[in-house]
Amino acid sequence: MLDTAKNRWHPIAAAHDLPFRHVFHAQLLGREFAVWRADDGYVNVWENRCLHRGVRLSIGINDGRELKCQYHGWRYANRTAGCTYIPAHPADAPARTITNRTFPSAERYGLVWSAEEPEGEVPDVSGLTEGQLLVLRGIPVNAPADRLVERLKSYRFQPNDRIDGEAAAVTLEAEGEFSVALRARDGSAKTLCVFFVQPVDSNRSVIRGVLDRDAEGAHRLSILRHHNERLSALRDAAERQAAKEPAPPPIDPTFERVSIELSEMPELAAHGRKASLRVQVARKWKAAEGIAAFELKPLKGLLPTFQPGAHIDVHLPNGLIRQYSIINGPGESESYIIGVKLEPESKGGSSVLHETVREGDILAISEPRNNFPLRRDSIKTLFIAGGIGITPLLAMAQALHHSGLPHELHYFAQGKEQLAFQDRLELLRDALTPHLGLSPAETGARLRELLTGYRQGMQVYLCGPGPMLEAARQIASVLGWPETAVHFEYFKNTNKIDDSSSFEVALARSCVTLQVPAGKTILEVMRENGLDMPSSCEQGACGTCMATVIEGEPDHQDVYLNEAEKRSGTKIMTCVSRAKSARLVLDL
Amino acid sequence: MIELKERTMKRPKCSDPVILNLWHPLAAISETSPDIVNETVLMEERVSFAVGADGAIAAWRSRPELAPGDEVEIGAIEDVLPVKNAYGYLWTSLGTPPADLFPIPEWDEPDRRRLNAATIGVFVSAPRAIENFLDMGHFPYVHTDILGAEPHTEVKEYDVDISADRDEIIATRCRFYQPMASTAAQGGMEVEYIYRVPHPYCSVLYKSSPADESRLDVIAIFLQPVDQEHVRAHMMLCVLDERSEDKVIKRFQQTIFGQDKPILENQYPKRLPLDPRAETPIRADKSAIAYRRWLSQKGVTYGVIPAAT
Repeated sequence: MLDTAKNRWHPIAAAHDLPFRHVFHAQLLGREFAVWRADDGYVNVWENRCLHRGVRLSIGINDGRELKCQYHGWRYANRTAGCTYIPAHPADAPARTITNRTFPSAERYGLVWSAEEPEGEVPDVSGLTEGQLLVLRGIPVNAPADRLVERLKSYRFQPNDRIDGEAAAVTLEAEGEFSVALRARDGSAKTLCVFFVQPVDSNRSVIRGVLDRDAEGAHRLSILRHHNERLSALRDAAERQAAKEPAPPPIDPTFERVSIELSEMPELAAHGRKASLRVQVARKWKAAEGIAAFELKPLKGLLPTFQPGAHIDVHLPNGLIRQYSIINGPGESESYIIGVKLEPESKGGSSVLHETVREGDILAISEPRNNFPLRRDSIKTLFIAGGIGITPLLAMAQALHHSGLPHELHYFAQGKEQLAFQDRLELLRDALTPHLGLSPAETGARLRELLTGYRQGMQVYLCGPGPMLEAARQIASVLGWPETAVHFEYFKNTNKIDDSSSFEVALARSCVTLQVPAGKTILEVMRENGLDMPSSCEQGACGTCMATVIEGEPDHQDVYLNEAEKRSGTKIMTCVSRAKSARLVLDL
Repeated sequence: MIELKERTMKRPKCSDPVILNLWHPLAAISETSPDIVNETVLMEERVSFAVGADGAIAAWRSRPELAPGDEVEIGAIEDVLPVKNAYGYLWTSLGTPPADLFPIPEWDEPDRRRLNAATIGVFVSAPRAIENFLDMGHFPYVHTDILGAEPHTEVKEYDVDISADRDEIIATRCRFYQPMASTAAQGGMEVEYIYRVPHPYCSVLYKSSPADESRLDVIAIFLQPVDQEHVRAHMMLCVLDERSEDKVIKRFQQTIFGQDKPILENQYPKRLPLDPRAETPIRADKSAIAYRRWLSQKGVTYGVIPAAT
């Protein structure tokens, strides 16, 4: 009978066993489950073992969205059971997903159902209407399920409306391998009672009874007491009988082996991007529609000084590394504040920050780097921000505002709700002009207006989506802005990188010559040879890995250098750019 | 006559020769009433022991003529098991033990406090308890505000080696921020640990002493395997602390152990799985990975689930 039992749905808990943020310890056919309801109502049925060190998750903490293991604080997500946070390793997390085993779950008839490999749906039981049922207390019994099914066939009880009577006639309406349906009739009163027997183990079971109608107050209590007394007597008799018989051996559940990838200790991350700082998310809030803000405080001591325009690398719990500008104004040295836009096509960077990282979590970050420096000697500075491009420019605008230097901040966004950090924007007063809901053509026209009237000594800083930056740079060029006065920062490099060339790189100061084959970057080859080189975005957008070219012709593929810089051939981004000549000599 | 024959013919219940031939601790000598028969269980066998007022010790497989509580003259007991008095405990073996137990040189330093912090029964295998002892990542979650506290959750890179001159695992450069590292500590500090595993069921921890920065406190756990899934954990302290009373020092360690016990008793399976694919390690578990490999290489089967070969 138990052979095919893992293919059927069985009740493993009553719905009322899952109160707010509780974790219920259930068992079916020898296998333990941690059963918990998330705040969104979803009922999770998981293997009752943390994949890390085997600690029962039923002693974990249900925080409404995730289940946290008591032993090492690992967090597992609602529904997927994927591990989202390992506090022991804020940096150098491997990009691998540790996922706990989940089992199907369903709620019906006031019970939570599951099975190892159920076929079909939870069976329909005629006569039970959702929402009108009274679920009896589950009665645990040290006896095999089939014995209990036999005994339950002769269970006698009173219908709800004659609960104090004694004359009910009980008929067996239906029976199954693990269920019995009985109807009690006493005069006009009748009640259908359906029992499901949950095989906890070969010699342990839970009797779960459901009555076809609920009741209220004292009447409800007397019905529950009525069944409790009778089922307790049935249990005692069943246990006496079972004790006389040889106990079947307990069922040994098999645990799935973890994948080979997960069974090995991850190597130290070899990306060479260092996360020397540890910060705690002191505050996380909504800075605008789709933009989450994070205030990051140091675990100890002071954070390093940053300048407006600086960014940090954030090493995420899933192993990804992302760059975010610090938006702090001058003097705000207690913490770093960053704004993160949820990218619809997020590969796990912004979505992890939005959905998983929360207040109190530890993040590993790099020291701040400023590859987008602000000149403060300009007669007038224009800041032109598109969307989340506001972040470095907000830091800059606050700096100039505080020093009383002339500036304008033009902030292009879809609507008012998308304007991030309203409180800080308000402090900029008249310097701020939002440009809301413009089409690309209207944006172009507005940029033309803003960039008209260049005078020597003016500077413009651009940050926003690629097409907007391209347009703005083009317009500025046409309107007479010299390249040296146009400063820009791309979110990412959308150029298709051609890494088919192979060439030789001589590092003048290190006195080494390296061969860069097709498919590898200068940066990678240097690191393979033990030469350290700072880097950040590693896609030619941030400027961190820039090197000076002494000899040879660079093949620029980045979006950091401006056209004049590229033409001069004196600088190169070692993470994406290559050589057109057979040999490059770098000042490294 | 038949009874005697059965006794001498009796085969040990533990069939793992590695574990059988080890020294195992039975009790703290200072806490054993003199000249009285005591009884405990070692690897599913009843074992009796006694400590003489003169310091003599003896252990033997329990037999009816020497019942627990009986007065006994130690020199007169026949048919005894090998015994050793080491680190404050009475050790015995059901097999053929080596001449020496692993060394703890600090034990002989005259200015140290030496005591049994506690002997506590735990429903877990000895190797699971060793892994817990080696683990730093749980400090902020299990020993909150004592041995660790959020947000100081990171386990920094540390080194693990198998000692060349002795067959033991050594983990060094283990650093962790602790709010209250010991009874002598005042306020939080980054504490440096060294862990040794010189015996499959014993581990020795060295940590910076708040009382003397140049020296290390020694805390050891000696596990007595009652059966494959039960232990009596004996906690030995050998520390530099001239101020605290014994009971204060003991209470500190008992608090720590009391926090670990419910976690250990909820680990599943209870025997330590040696199949690398049974559980998911992270870098913080480096010492545990080395320990599991070491047990596998030794061929240990008692208290573990051996990897399928």
